[in-house]
Amino acid sequence: MINVENLCKTFGKLQVLNGVTEHIHKGEQVVVIGPSGSGKSTFLRCLNLLETPTSGRIFIEGEEITDPHHDINRLRQKMGMVFQQFNLFPHYSVLGNIMLAPVKLKKMKAKEAEELAMSLLAKVGLTDKANVYPAQLSGGQKQRVAIARALAMGPDIMLFDEPTSALDPEMVGEVLKVMADLASDGMTMVLVTHEMGFAREVAQRVLFMDEGKILEQGTPEALFNHPQCQRAIDFLERVRESK
Amino acid sequence: MFAQFYDKIYLSLIYADRWKQLFKGLGVTAEITLGALCVGIILGVLICLMKISGKKPLQWIADIYLTVIRGTPMVVQLLIMWYFVLVAMDNKVLAAIIAFGINSGAYVAEIIRGGILAVDYGQTEAGRSLGLNYVQNMRYIVLPQAFKNALPPLGNELITLFKETAIVGYIALKDLTRAADTIRSATYSPVALFTAALLYLLVVLILTRLLAMFERRLRASDKR
Repeated sequence: MINVENLCKTFGKLQVLNGVTEHIHKGEQVVVIGPSGSGKSTFLRCLNLLETPTSGRIFIEGEEITDPHHDINRLRQKMGMVFQQFNLFPHYSVLGNIMLAPVKLKKMKAKEAEELAMSLLAKVGLTDKANVYPAQLSGGQKQRVAIARALAMGPDIMLFDEPTSALDPEMVGEVLKVMADLASDGMTMVLVTHEMGFAREVAQRVLFMDEGKILEQGTPEALFNHPQCQRAIDFLERVRESK
Repeated sequence: MFAQFYDKIYLSLIYADRWKQLFKGLGVTAEITLGALCVGIILGVLICLMKISGKKPLQWIADIYLTVIRGTPMVVQLLIMWYFVLVAMDNKVLAAIIAFGINSGAYVAEIIRGGILAVDYGQTEAGRSLGLNYVQNMRYIVLPQAFKNALPPLGNELITLFKETAIVGYIALKDLTRAADTIRSATYSPVALFTAALLYLLVVLILTRLLAMFERRLRASDKR
């Protein structure tokens, strides 16, 4: 479903991605971990071309999206993205946030879009917040609305960029629960996170990245309990110490 | 002494319905201001989008426009517009609207650009990640927020524009200032000019109030 070939990205002189090759299957939940500055967020953002790769090729469902003639807007409709900072639209209500893309891009009727939005809000447990503005929501609620907004286009793939990193600890659980539900529905998910516990429970595969490369990968069981490369061993040790 | 004062007021405002000339002048002032405001906002948004487009030729055009308009006096622009650019036009009010609109557009462009830059880039990323193209993202996500950011300086621009139209007398347009000055030269009394000043002040006060109300309404979604 997602095929990445020798992906490289440089910012000025800084080489952030240094030849990433990876294949992600349909229905797979892949978690990307690694120290900060390892390139994991950049890797994720390259998948829907929020960052333009310097070189290398990316195929989504067989189409080469790195081909300059490819219609990226059409592709993005099939890939939802959830951000660390939520990025809800402050000038639209919760309903407005969710309805915007289906109404403007799929030309869905307002009534139909509203029904869809309400059903998505039910899914994330926020039907009572349909008409409030984002500023009135807590962080966890904002992130759940952001997930509902991303789901409104009926994406085949969901990308999560550290979705719980900006949340107060007591709100992390509610967001992870929504994501776990999505995973059990069989959504293809790529998730950059520091939530090792969640990765262990939900992911089928964990990628460990450092210095712009995938240094090690495997099932959560294998990677967390028996990491092979020294960097992964050090990283996991540091993460455990801080807990 | 009171009788003398009353005489002056009578002569400047009531005799020969001179107050009507002042209000007619105020009408012309308002017409030019509103017209120029519309032209200025449309032009300003266009120039601003050109400037942030990242396309070199468009940026050059925008930069030349901004430099020339902001670097020369409004009176000179107005005179050039009326005597040389719009020579074929016989509607002075329309000519003034165009001249002031083009002038205001330069300031509006920079105000809107500031408003756009103040919108968090995450908003654009969220919009684009949903599949909105550049234009849709600007229209539905960025510009509405940019306008809200830009409203206080835009209000200032409106007030500045309103007062700046007082120079249209240079092309013999009878606005509020020119009407008052005409009465002044006929009566040798300062009453008409003071009345004009009072009218300008009154309108500015009303505009300030309206803008504050409008701003409060736009901020409704920010309430926590």
